[in-house]
Amino acid sequence: MSALAGLLRKEVYHILRDRRTLIVIIVLPVLQVIIFGYAIRTDVDHVRLAIVDPAPDTVTLAIRARFNAAGVFQDVALVPRIEPLEDLFRRGAAQGALVFEAGFAERLARGLPSGLLIIADATEPNTGSIVASYATAVIQGYQQEAPPSRGAVHIVPSVRMRFNPTRESSNLFVPGLMAFVLTIISSLMTAISLTREKETGTLEALLVSPLRPWQIIVGKVAPYLVVGFASVVGVIFEARLVFHVPLRGSLSLLLIEGIVFILVSLSLGILISARTSSQRVAMMGALIGTMLPTMLLSGFIFPLESMPWPLQAISVVVPARWFVLVARSVMLKGVGLAYLWQPTLVLLVMALVLLTASTRAFHERLDQ
Amino acid sequence: MTGDLAIDVQDLTRRFGAFTAVGGITFNVRVGEVFGFLGANGAGKTTAIRMLTGLLAPSSGRATVAGHDVARDAERVKRDIGYMSQKFSLYEDLTVRENITLYGGIYDLRDRDIRDRSARMLANLELEHAADQFVRAIPLGWRQKLAFSVALLHQPRVVFLDEPTSGVDPITRRQFWELIYDAAAAGTTVLVTTHYMDEAEYCDRISIMVDGRIGAMGTPAELKRDFRVSSIDDLFVQLARPSGSSQEIRRSGGQTLQETRRSGDLS
Repeated sequence: MSALAGLLRKEVYHILRDRRTLIVIIVLPVLQVIIFGYAIRTDVDHVRLAIVDPAPDTVTLAIRARFNAAGVFQDVALVPRIEPLEDLFRRGAAQGALVFEAGFAERLARGLPSGLLIIADATEPNTGSIVASYATAVIQGYQQEAPPSRGAVHIVPSVRMRFNPTRESSNLFVPGLMAFVLTIISSLMTAISLTREKETGTLEALLVSPLRPWQIIVGKVAPYLVVGFASVVGVIFEARLVFHVPLRGSLSLLLIEGIVFILVSLSLGILISARTSSQRVAMMGALIGTMLPTMLLSGFIFPLESMPWPLQAISVVVPARWFVLVARSVMLKGVGLAYLWQPTLVLLVMALVLLTASTRAFHERLDQ
Repeated sequence: MTGDLAIDVQDLTRRFGAFTAVGGITFNVRVGEVFGFLGANGAGKTTAIRMLTGLLAPSSGRATVAGHDVARDAERVKRDIGYMSQKFSLYEDLTVRENITLYGGIYDLRDRDIRDRSARMLANLELEHAADQFVRAIPLGWRQKLAFSVALLHQPRVVFLDEPTSGVDPITRRQFWELIYDAAAAGTTVLVTTHYMDEAEYCDRISIMVDGRIGAMGTPAELKRDFRVSSIDDLFVQLARPSGSSQEIRRSGGQTLQETRRSGDLS
């Protein structure tokens, strides 16, 4: 046991004394949450809105007031004619426009159809359609509350955005971000620190010692398990504090699932290092083999549902896909193990298979 | 038979698929002997050492190290041997003392023993002033001597040195060999590989591996006399050359040049 304690202490020294890596481990998760939370958002804010109102009347003023009150739109121009719009859109001064017909209130009062045009800049298709649907929602809101005497029967479709009613994208990012940070710390760091020992020849010295392979592996990865766990807690805490991301389910369930996912990532790191002999190759292996799939095929950034089936099929073997699913469900839906036993089982099986495979790869390497 | 033999190897063989890296070598090393294990790159030295240190299972044949069978008793072999490679196996981001403590713990030494032995070791090496310096901060020659001493910390009966002096200056190499002699005088058996033929002459006995077999074995003086060469260097070149005229090579033949190259990758 004292041999293992010595190994653990040694690994802690490695982590603490490698300043650059230490900074990466500490700063990266914090920074990632900020970057992903603020910069890469799918919800739209401060939409620059141009309004064309040839003859302002009570109704157009009321609708304009609602747009103002929505908090999403920002009036950048109020013009009487439609012609200047072209220039506003081209310059990017306006992202959306609201065009009223002349005599809007009068036609409405007489029960005639009143034209209202919503224009959105669809250079970025997502943003465009979000702007359009926001605008539609505002108008529907007005129609609903307007006195029924005004005009004919209105069909008001009701849309509810469940689980993320305000469509806060940071809610969606945080679970994926946890997977990403864990992959970096567990897979990448483990792969690098093991291949470093290969390069310096110290691994050989450990292998010819009476240490058992499992002791070497535990001594190597346990500190990273602790670091990974700490950063999960850190990310959850920061996400709650800065973005008020809800945690509707059980924190302990989330943390346990996190540990299983860390084990999976650690095993991948060991596997990668067993197949490579230089830190550089190990780093590339970890980037391509674990971080890229975690970014692209976990549903973290790009929804899996809209991917062609071959990619969806590949995503099944990406551990992060299952962890992201679990983390989202626990955090946003607040569901428990009763609903999540399937992805949990997948993660457990992956952890078991990969741990076995990586321990064996470690053994086999000795027989080369 | 193993009474005064530290290493006893009988017909030891290791195959990787169809390729034979070590093809039935037989030799022994007496207790307290300094045995030079020579051979060109890819001749099978490293594979042989990996089997003797319990890292690699033999395909056939038998070897005992410090009285333990390497195939059946690898764990006990590991307790009784020390090992130092050309990469000198110390952690550069740990201090001298931390390295000593780490390896002492790995070999299950008691704290008091670790303290006493490291004090003696640092005094011998005149490294007391550097005990709390990082290993990367001390000169290469000192690091190598330190690595050797750390490999002896648990007082192994046999110590394997894999090209321990590569890349150091002649003076440090000389000092290093003094440490080897000290260890041998204290009863530790030393098996050392080297590419420096002047070092081969320092050994009590040497063997030269060629294509997975032992091409020549004996004391340096015997070998020079039997092969009618003036130095081990000449003998080595004569034996190790693939198209050499030596009878030993003819007997070990059957391997193509390509296989020899492949063995270079493996070992």
